[in-house]
Amino acid sequence: MDPTDPELIAAVLKGDTASFEPLVKKYLPRVFATARRYARRDSEVEDIVQEVWSKAFLKLSSFRGEAPFEHWLMRLAVHTCYDFLRAHQRNRETSFTELSDAETGWLDRYVADPDAASESAAAAKQLVARLMEMLSPPARLIITLLEIEDKSVKEISALTGWSVPLVKVRAFRARAEMRKCLAKITRDKYL
Amino acid sequence: MNTTELQKKLIATARSMAADERVPYAFEKRIMARLDAVRPLDVWTLWGNALWRAAVSCVAVTLLTSAWMLWSDHGSSTHGDFSEELETAVLVAADSADETW
Repeated sequence: MDPTDPELIAAVLKGDTASFEPLVKKYLPRVFATARRYARRDSEVEDIVQEVWSKAFLKLSSFRGEAPFEHWLMRLAVHTCYDFLRAHQRNRETSFTELSDAETGWLDRYVADPDAASESAAAAKQLVARLMEMLSPPARLIITLLEIEDKSVKEISALTGWSVPLVKVRAFRARAEMRKCLAKITRDKYL
Repeated sequence: MNTTELQKKLIATARSMAADERVPYAFEKRIMARLDAVRPLDVWTLWGNALWRAAVSCVAVTLLTSAWMLWSDHGSSTHGDFSEELETAVLVAADSADETW
């Protein structure tokens, strides 16, 4: 039988670094999925993932085992992604003239008939990615967790370390910011 | 254009995108290799190493000082036997006591 997470963690804390590898292998897909929500380039995603695991290894002694290891790790991953967003804030400023033909076409279809523009279209996905990159770090984090990953305010509070009222306030601001960004994208063409 | 409706549509699009859980080949090996570089410093090990180094230095200083004392005594000794000197020193008090009588 494979050792459990607490057994592996206890072994690592006793100095058996090799016991960390099964933990890495088990939770690597989840950490990659989280990192890909906040970074697009493969190199950036890999950097985030490595950073998450380095932090997990260094801070393992602070894991008290009250909650599952996965929750503790995901909290670490969300914090690392947020740090990444803040560090790369300036690089994300995009010019709105950069809309691709496919994105413009999708918006044209949406304006003509909102139901005709498919949600699953590649252009819609590109537009979503563009929109997310325009958001400020807290807005992007909140929209991702609340709207896309469908987490509750309480869960977000636990993941981010922000208080419940702060999460609510930031969610309200994030939605407004998103609408503002959408208006910026569509202003020239449709308004 | 109703941006609120467009926002809802785009969020629905984002939700429909499945989380990408692909992992590059043998990425866990890369992480494990990196962990060797970020291994936390063990304070007790550092302290122990420092103590051992200090102990070796102390022993070396003691040996050098002893050797120096030994050699300098050999070179500068003008008196006779050590036992004679000891006897004189011990009996000084007795001699002075006799004089008092």
